[in-house]
Amino acid sequence: MKPVFTYTKGMVRTDTSYCPGCTHGIAHRLITETLDEMGLLGDAVGVAPIGCAVQAHKFMNLDMCESAHGRAPAVASGIRRVHPDKVVFTYQGDGDLASIGTAEIVHAAARGEKFTTFFINNCIYGMTGGQMAPTTLLGQRSTTSQDGRKKEQAGSPIRVSELLSALDGAVYIERVSLASPAHIRNAKKAVRRAFEIQRQGLGFTFVEFLSTCPTNWGLAPPDAMKWLIDNMIPYYPLGVYREPQAVEKEAAV
Amino acid sequence: MSSNNKSNSQNEKVLLKGNEAFAEAAIRGGLRFYFGYPITPQSEIPEFMSRELPKRGGVFLQAESELGAINMAYGAGAAGGAVFISSSSPGIALMQEGMSFLCSAEVPLVALNVSRGGPGIGGIQPGQADYFQTTRGGGNGDYKIPVFAPASIQEAIDLIYEAAELADKWRNPIMIFADGIMGQMMEPVSLPEQRPFIEAGDIRKAKPWAATGYGEDASKRSIVKSLRMQPDELEAHVEKLFEKYARAEKELVRVETRDLDDADIVLVAFGTVARIAREAIDILAERGIKAGLIRPISLWPFPYATFDEIGARTKAVISAELSMGQMLEDVKIGVGKRLPVRLIHRTGGMIPTSLELADSAEKIYIESGGTGFNNILINNTGLQPGRRSGDKEVL
Repeated sequence: MKPVFTYTKGMVRTDTSYCPGCTHGIAHRLITETLDEMGLLGDAVGVAPIGCAVQAHKFMNLDMCESAHGRAPAVASGIRRVHPDKVVFTYQGDGDLASIGTAEIVHAAARGEKFTTFFINNCIYGMTGGQMAPTTLLGQRSTTSQDGRKKEQAGSPIRVSELLSALDGAVYIERVSLASPAHIRNAKKAVRRAFEIQRQGLGFTFVEFLSTCPTNWGLAPPDAMKWLIDNMIPYYPLGVYREPQAVEKEAAV
Repeated sequence: MSSNNKSNSQNEKVLLKGNEAFAEAAIRGGLRFYFGYPITPQSEIPEFMSRELPKRGGVFLQAESELGAINMAYGAGAAGGAVFISSSSPGIALMQEGMSFLCSAEVPLVALNVSRGGPGIGGIQPGQADYFQTTRGGGNGDYKIPVFAPASIQEAIDLIYEAAELADKWRNPIMIFADGIMGQMMEPVSLPEQRPFIEAGDIRKAKPWAATGYGEDASKRSIVKSLRMQPDELEAHVEKLFEKYARAEKELVRVETRDLDDADIVLVAFGTVARIAREAIDILAERGIKAGLIRPISLWPFPYATFDEIGARTKAVISAELSMGQMLEDVKIGVGKRLPVRLIHRTGGMIPTSLELADSAEKIYIESGGTGFNNILINNTGLQPGRRSGDKEVL
């Protein structure tokens, strides 16, 4: 009989600390499964953020390092200098990356750092209990925007993939979704592409995962998936924002 | 202290500016990775590193901020690299977030503060008002960082060179505290021999705890971390750190002393002020006052026990500093209730002359019941009254 589900080598055999319906577990699995398929699990160093994924090292079966809020790209830049032949990645949420860590991510991308950042965008601060994130949608309620986010007061949500696409050092940027099996299959391709381009040493690689936070959104897991598709994808369009071929063409012009 | 046999065989002297000498010492100490950000008065260091490190097989990276620099240092150190960073007071303040992480995760680092006046952006002239920031933690949580304060460029070179080994041995950041004068002045020095850089492939063996990629055996994977969600687990971790710090308090105390057993007064000073104090001691001798000296080289651990060597003849102990009196608190702990403890200070980038220091020390000596027989000298100096350090004493 063919098993429909097995543990993968890249995941520690333990329960995660994530809420039911949260997509962190899927993102973890896609990353570690891809590293395993590429034969790179033992050559990888991951950097965990502050946020729900602070304990990612308990679940991803890799050498890992915790980092302070938002600083993961600086930490990964340091690791990469010491180990130019290893595969290095950061795993960061939207509060961590798009708010407190904007300087670090922008400059890592600008320098063309040869590591990959996996960006979990779920439009909210998860671990601290559902506060407004830089990515929280207009009108979206959170514990610090209880009547819904207002543009006049908090500005518009930051589209990080588009923002980083303005930087020459970022050679591969793709936004994917984890809201359906088809989306997840596509997301895995993006993870693989990012690691491949990192191995080629072409520059900074970035994959944004549109993700759910059923607990802080106050939605049941299936409703959260639907909310993502109905509300997030229209504002955060899926697709490839930078890819090496286009970057090369640009350089030639 | 580093011994002279680490110096190059010819033992030839070269004339170097402090900041360049610090950087050269770090490279020769085997510190292969440098992450920096420009700030006066230490910008010659990132400049020197950007020029020298790449051609000698090292890595220079200009960070986007001091926050970036310390976290690059944390990442490189966590990955087993030998790392040096430098900054000056406000930049060191920004780095405190990272220092706390490095200490908890037990990541080695050599850090240099070429300190200036504060608070706030302060000024760019020399200061020692980072004493608390440097010796009392500076970041969040329970941790300690050994801090060494050189009083000459040669001593700075030796301390940085040695700190490269100490950081690995103690798995902790080691701080070198040099003020802006030290960074900017030139002195003839002899340089130690180049220690080999550790190759990336050898790190796993030398530092099994480092995050390098586990290789073949996933059961030996490394996690570099500071998060401990269970309070009992965190308490046990901090207590383990403090067992290490208790050993450091025994093994890392460094101090220079002079004439403690029969001094009329004892001056306590570190770094540049200790040099001024040595001159002031000569001036005081001409006035018939014998002044002893305690020069803490390690600011943490502070040489408290050295104060027990002060003899019965001494009337007062004076902390001389470029701050409003920060080391003063440690001096008071060291002296206890035995003797009056007084302060001579300038701050904001102002530096006392040796004559000002001697005058103030003499005044304190007389106030403490000493017999000053040669006060005429003070009046003959031609110094204008007013902005002398003696007017600014604080009990």
